[in-house]
Amino acid sequence: MRLAAGLIALVLALFAGSLVSGYASATAGDSLLALIRDDGTPLSVVMRDIRLPRALLAVMIGASLGLSGAALQGYLRNPLAEPGLIGISGAAALGAVLAIQSGLVLQFAFALPLAALGMAVLAVLAILLLAGPRGASITLILAGIAISALAGALTSLVLNLSPNPFAAADIVFWMMGSLADRSFSHVWLALPFMAVGWVMLASLGRGLDALTLGEDAAEAMGLRTARLRLLLILGTAACVGAATAVAGAIGFVGLVVPHLLRGAVGARPSALLWASALGGAAMVLAADIAVRELFPARDLKLGVVMALVGAPLFLHLIYKTRKELA
Amino acid sequence: MSLLSLNNLSVTRSARAVLSDVSLTIAPGECVGLIGPNGAGKTSLLRAALGLLPFTGTSDLATLSPAMRGRAAAWMPQSREIAWSVTVETLIALGRIPHLPRGTALRAADQAAIDAAISRMGLSDLRHRTATHLSGGEQARVLIARALAQDTPLLLADEPIAGLDPASQIATMQVFANLAGEGHAALVSLHDLGLAARHCTRLLMLHAGRLVADGPPADVLTQANMAEVFGISAYYRDTDQGPVFQPIEVLG
Repeated sequence: MRLAAGLIALVLALFAGSLVSGYASATAGDSLLALIRDDGTPLSVVMRDIRLPRALLAVMIGASLGLSGAALQGYLRNPLAEPGLIGISGAAALGAVLAIQSGLVLQFAFALPLAALGMAVLAVLAILLLAGPRGASITLILAGIAISALAGALTSLVLNLSPNPFAAADIVFWMMGSLADRSFSHVWLALPFMAVGWVMLASLGRGLDALTLGEDAAEAMGLRTARLRLLLILGTAACVGAATAVAGAIGFVGLVVPHLLRGAVGARPSALLWASALGGAAMVLAADIAVRELFPARDLKLGVVMALVGAPLFLHLIYKTRKELA
Repeated sequence: MSLLSLNNLSVTRSARAVLSDVSLTIAPGECVGLIGPNGAGKTSLLRAALGLLPFTGTSDLATLSPAMRGRAAAWMPQSREIAWSVTVETLIALGRIPHLPRGTALRAADQAAIDAAISRMGLSDLRHRTATHLSGGEQARVLIARALAQDTPLLLADEPIAGLDPASQIATMQVFANLAGEGHAALVSLHDLGLAARHCTRLLMLHAGRLVADGPPADVLTQANMAEVFGISAYYRDTDQGPVFQPIEVLG
């Protein structure tokens, strides 16, 4: 309970911090007042149409990545699992890259997230075909690796053959992941998918707890592992597909956050689900604040900061737990 | 009334028959030992009975819905998996999952079952320790307690006493015998024929996927069966401290 209250307070504080962070110079108080007032002043427009959706997306994406990371680690019983593992983010990135390269984004602003979502759906179908009801957890990992590799290869191919250096640069920057210049349209596009994903993943807690004892024992306790795997794949795909579609590839959240919080929830996979959702939201909010405060003049990418923070954090965790892992 | 009824149960894996036409019933009050050499089909029999393996023939447990089956039989697999560093008590509490309506916390009855399982397996001192930090034998006892916490009429366990020290082996077999005495039943595979002789009310002997003997220990652990199935000679005596069984040597 104390952990829940602490995490919620942290998310709220960082959410407020995200709202008052940015290039438009105004005091924190003025900014928050402008957000509430909606008086048509430039500051009010900035707050309502730029900063609010940006902060909301940070929460949604962080929660989605943290939740799906915790669920995947619970299902695979492996602390190294992360949402990118099942290949959805790679496929979504490929869709986005195709939209940029083909010039579709210039004709239609939502071509990019829609193409990304489309490719994510294709990847889900491929995963279900390979590791569906009759698959085992190892099949899911292998199918995910294969789809990631294929999506990565096709993305490289597009970059390689790109006749337009500007499109190539756009692609590279987009793939670094960012929440800059996102609007409420992005929120409304991602929210339905994420909401469905959250409901699916949140329902898995009891099954993931049972899986602590292995698949055999869990099944004998009444767990339907095939159903759990289906919900896990669809839920993760909805969350990660939507997150990648609106913000590009943001790594490490789904890997590091469940790691950080596992001890605090007594290692129970069900408790780790909601804790990781809150923790993920806090981590993405914090990184997105850092992006704007560290180098305000440069367009620092969220994915870059996340990896720069996440990788050392992960090294530290490995250092701390290496005795247990041995 | 029987707690388990198998009829012509057969299992084929990779075109090889690992279990052929096994029929048996287990009634309340029985502590049944499942014996046989490596590869005789003991694990396949237990898993198929639970519906965890594809099989032909019938098993009444396997026809239950998954939720009902979780309340009818507890299963302790041979692989002693504990994936996360949870406390002993948290791990044992997982046994209550089949009884808990979705989204509810442990109730008084659940806590009572958990406490009973902890005290039966003598784990009170370990209760708040991290399960993955315990020794292999201690982990095995914790996992048995987990299955006991499920509080089902029937307990199926695959080599539950392998790797335990002698005192824990005897105590654990006594727990199974006591369960049977209280009107539950246990079906336990094991290789320690001496403990099987002393604590089981009935032995099932598997040989190459077939049930070749079924009866009281004295009728199953015969010189002929030992030679035929295990390829060993053995010493068996009924003493005033109970039956004593000791394998002697491998037959040429």
